[in-house]
Amino acid sequence: MALLQISEPGQSAAPHQHRLAVGIDLGTTNSLVASVRSGVAETFACRDGEHLLPSAVRYLACGEVEVGQVAFQAAPLDSKNTIVSVKRLMGRGHAEVQQMHLPYEFVETDSAVPRIHTVAADVSPVEVSAEILKALKLRAEETLGGELVGAVITVPAYFDDAQRQATKDAARFAGLKVLRLLNEPTAAAVAYGLDCGSEGIHVVYDLGGGTFDVSILRFSRGVFEVLATAGDSALGGDDFDQLIVDWMLQQASTGGDSLRGSRALLHQARDIKEQLSDAEQIDVNVERADGSVWQGELSREEFNQLADKLIRKTLLPCRRCLRDAGVELEDIEDVVMVGGSTRVPRVRELVGEFFQTEPLVSIDPDRVVAIGAAIQADVLAGNKPDSEMLLLDVIPLSLGLETMGGLVEKLVPRNTTIPVARAQEFTTFKDGQTAMSVHVLQGERELVSDCRSLAKFELRGIPPMVAGAARIRVTFQIDVDGLLSVVAEELSTGVKSRIEVKPAYGLVEGEIEQMLRDSFDYAKEDMAARNLREQQVEADRVLEAINAALAADGEALLSAEERVNIDAGLDVLQQARSGDQIQAIKQAIENLDQATADFAARRMDASVQKVLKGHTLDEFQR
Amino acid sequence: MGITLTEKAADHVRKFLEGRSNAEGLRLGVRTSGCSGMAYVLEFADKIESEDKVFEDHGVRVIVDAKSLLYLDGTELDFVKEGLNEGFKFNNPNVKDACGCGESFNV
Repeated sequence: MALLQISEPGQSAAPHQHRLAVGIDLGTTNSLVASVRSGVAETFACRDGEHLLPSAVRYLACGEVEVGQVAFQAAPLDSKNTIVSVKRLMGRGHAEVQQMHLPYEFVETDSAVPRIHTVAADVSPVEVSAEILKALKLRAEETLGGELVGAVITVPAYFDDAQRQATKDAARFAGLKVLRLLNEPTAAAVAYGLDCGSEGIHVVYDLGGGTFDVSILRFSRGVFEVLATAGDSALGGDDFDQLIVDWMLQQASTGGDSLRGSRALLHQARDIKEQLSDAEQIDVNVERADGSVWQGELSREEFNQLADKLIRKTLLPCRRCLRDAGVELEDIEDVVMVGGSTRVPRVRELVGEFFQTEPLVSIDPDRVVAIGAAIQADVLAGNKPDSEMLLLDVIPLSLGLETMGGLVEKLVPRNTTIPVARAQEFTTFKDGQTAMSVHVLQGERELVSDCRSLAKFELRGIPPMVAGAARIRVTFQIDVDGLLSVVAEELSTGVKSRIEVKPAYGLVEGEIEQMLRDSFDYAKEDMAARNLREQQVEADRVLEAINAALAADGEALLSAEERVNIDAGLDVLQQARSGDQIQAIKQAIENLDQATADFAARRMDASVQKVLKGHTLDEFQR
Repeated sequence: MGITLTEKAADHVRKFLEGRSNAEGLRLGVRTSGCSGMAYVLEFADKIESEDKVFEDHGVRVIVDAKSLLYLDGTELDFVKEGLNEGFKFNNPNVKDACGCGESFNV
């Protein structure tokens, strides 16, 4: 007979109606699948007893596809056909993946999505990811003894729209229904049940094999908000192994670095590191190139000294993250440890010291994200009686519009819960302007060129008016599924234009994954750039206005000398405007203002006279 | 008669109960549904009702309502592994025939 699991009180499923749902941690290096059975969330092992599935996919000439350990081991030998770390390629455009210096042959297609050429076929990152998901789905269905109703898949907090959509597409390819995408740090917090506790600030410290991420979350009114993220994409457990290798080579004085990159040595180093988490001291043997053997020992104390510098390197992003989030140390309730490297006792010690709180370590740090996802999946599938825990979705990156000078005006700040609608009024820049281009952008930076372009459309049929008179209201609306629609409306005439934005791939070149981090790193530069652009836009406005006035009344109202003076001022401003000295532009605008003050006064008088001509004073007094 | 648990089943139930703060024990029952008339209920029990019978085996409290007991008397709850899958199995002497998978049954 079918094997039964213990249900929540009153939640026993009808026969053949089990709502089986899983949580999936789709990682860069390893992936995991977990589910809640008999009230306990646990990750599932494959037949070999391994819980971690290496995120490697190998395409064979015969058309077969290998996933996991087998593929991972083949990677060095068959690198062109074995795709590892495909997560880094998700939602990227062709130009972006070209810059990553990967061993794959990319084929350009008409769809902006890059494809990797393998002996079997040209595959997109989404399809590669789908193979990993398929393997996990199969494992879950074998373990649970039935078909899945859906899955919660975790993504990094800094994943943008395109990367999230690509992840969803991969799930669809794998035949998995996505119940929800969940931010990785949020999943870790859910695993520890922090969503059932009081409202507060939580830190998630994630030190993986090759990357380090720290996130600060705020839990309030049933929602986890990601306040800030920071990290180092080239710092992880592998660096600890390398430290031990370097130490071994130095101790054994092998002379020369010929063994430095040796895989066997790295392997040995990792073993030593792992054993030192429990043991105080480890015997170490190093075979020199000449066959002689060096024998020694490494104590945890010594290892700590070696590792200290690396661990302290992770504390810098932590400090930055705190600053970005605007959070004080004493506000922090918990620190959740994620990633295998947080098993190193010294890491726990220093992180605990830094945040002045004992880190949470009771759940296996490799599995904690998948476990949190499984708990969430269990709720979403309807297996809990009172699903008061329904985490709302938030938008991952701010949405805004391009304004004059290539600046981004943010309409919906990141972390706003959806659904949401926001509106703002804009106006025309030039006299008689009858159309306006609406450029929708996603990102945290100040300049259009640093954000991701989502859509562009035009609002036409604005009645000709002087600059600044038209009122155009732009409304952003995001529905529960995260789909964005933008409406632009000229308020005096009711002329409307709208667009539905479906996330597209690879619209912007450069490091999208870095967008969030960059926004913090470049905050100062961005502000300076913004000030400059604003000054330039102001200069353009002044130039435009004076030129228009000169064309209209220059002949009639100005002496030759005055005219030369103003023209000189215009030249100076024109030149300053094309430079990058904010002060110079400001100064030039001020000078020009002074030079044209009389001219402006005379124009005013002239137009008043024109209006008054032929009227008596009496008419105005009535 | 009554309800018994194999040692393996008891071990697992104890483990699962540990993670819950207000559980009284494990509830077993039957209800009418499914392709062959009746289906098993296997749930955590947060309270004991007046018509419930409580058994104890291997340190696990098993709670069964009086009506269900008619169909379950003599049942042994087992915990088995089949490939990657694992879970509980009812060894119920009252069952005359069951559907293909055994999830619903007739007495």
